[in-house]
Amino acid sequence: MRMVAGGIALADGALIGRSAWADLPQGTLDSEVRDTLPGKQPLIKRSFRPPNYESPVEFFEDLVTPNDRFFVRWHVANIPRVDARSWRLDVGGDAAPRGFEIGLDELKRDFEAVELVAVCQCAGNRRGWSVPHVAGVEWGTGAMGNARWKGARLKDILARAGLKKDAVEIAFNGADRAPLEATPAFVKSLPAWKAMDENTLVAYEMNGAALPHWNGFPARIVVPGWTATYWMKQVVSIRALSQPLAGFWMNTAYRIPKGKFPIIDRFTSQESETSTPITEVLVNSLMTNLGGGRRFAADQPIEIKGIAWDAGYGIRAVEISVDDGRTWQSAKLGESLGKYSFRSWQFTSPPRAAGRLSIMARASNAQGTSQPSELIFNAAGYHNNVVQNVAIDIV
Amino acid sequence: MIINERIGAALFFSVIAAAAYSGETSIKLAGGEQARLVQLRCSTCHSLDYIVMNSPFLSRAPWDAEVRKMIKIMGAPIPENEVAPIVDYLTQHYGAN
Repeated sequence: MRMVAGGIALADGALIGRSAWADLPQGTLDSEVRDTLPGKQPLIKRSFRPPNYESPVEFFEDLVTPNDRFFVRWHVANIPRVDARSWRLDVGGDAAPRGFEIGLDELKRDFEAVELVAVCQCAGNRRGWSVPHVAGVEWGTGAMGNARWKGARLKDILARAGLKKDAVEIAFNGADRAPLEATPAFVKSLPAWKAMDENTLVAYEMNGAALPHWNGFPARIVVPGWTATYWMKQVVSIRALSQPLAGFWMNTAYRIPKGKFPIIDRFTSQESETSTPITEVLVNSLMTNLGGGRRFAADQPIEIKGIAWDAGYGIRAVEISVDDGRTWQSAKLGESLGKYSFRSWQFTSPPRAAGRLSIMARASNAQGTSQPSELIFNAAGYHNNVVQNVAIDIV
Repeated sequence: MIINERIGAALFFSVIAAAAYSGETSIKLAGGEQARLVQLRCSTCHSLDYIVMNSPFLSRAPWDAEVRKMIKIMGAPIPENEVAPIVDYLTQHYGAN
């Protein structure tokens, strides 16, 4: 089979991924602009209202994503400016008999503070490269970020509320509102076991500062290893439920076909015959210094830099191919900031002759799972972790 | 049920926002006057770049499904007799070739 990626005709039988920078939908390219939300650096605007903005690839040369460079994703358009003094977190539900309400100062004072670095990645990151294209926010590579989160353990908060053994799920609501009363509120739940994980937080700091408004000030749920749909921003309500949460955002949205992805974490109380809620992020990588039509000198070594991440099993290897996937060589992994963090890597290729070169990166994790060479298609465009293939010019 | 829960006093919800996203006034849909109905109905809840961004790869059936999703699930108050003109417009200007 002869295929074209990134403008290069590849050899027969070569293992390739889809071109990474070349084939977002034309309308996506036509409507994208660099735009600056208050308090943010210019990001790539996908939609103004609700605001959906992604980070350009070069921002990921920093292993930890600065707050003003962190992506922005909202489902409904009315996003209040929350006043920290009047904000209240309401904890309760039918499986938590000792419900209570607290303010921000109490949240910080009454519960042990935990810090961890974790990737927050939208379930639909890279949807724009789905083949065929599917409807939704047509994200490129930047609907994700890596931050140091500080907050209270959700399990400690639930313990104070007297969480009962029959709790099946823990549900979260935020302060955002749709313009129409009839629109389903963006409400999400986690299985109780994941909510009780010692790394699941109600975070009030991000990279040593208060959360930016656009990232959920004053507090958001942080679910290391799981996709960002569960990381409720501007959280105002936590409910322990003895029955599964119903509603559009659980029963219809953010679901994947059963059995199609190499997933370990399951959300059994929400599974149907054919589909399941999306849970953990898949092993993935990104080349961070090849964007923007970058050129390399023919007589110089080619340095390729990037990041890799997974759901917290641990990145085991990143391999690079500069010959359309025929041979692979190991990149050098950088220091670890924790199992839920981006891991940096670096690879230096010997000098190459002038011309076009296709570069591929493939991460593997401690579960022995690698990025696939063919996209695992699903109708909502989630979980795109196909090996990328980036063309560079050697001049 | 939590889905319908209203947050108590809503004291901190005073401001919101359509005006905050002033950049969206730069979006110009194709077809001039033909775009008016779509602008009127769709922009209640979201900026019109959602339409441009999702083009040109949806044929008539998926555009129809999107419009009906907005009505049935998202609660958009679009009368049935406007569905066909809206879908026609989206298919003609932002549909798959």
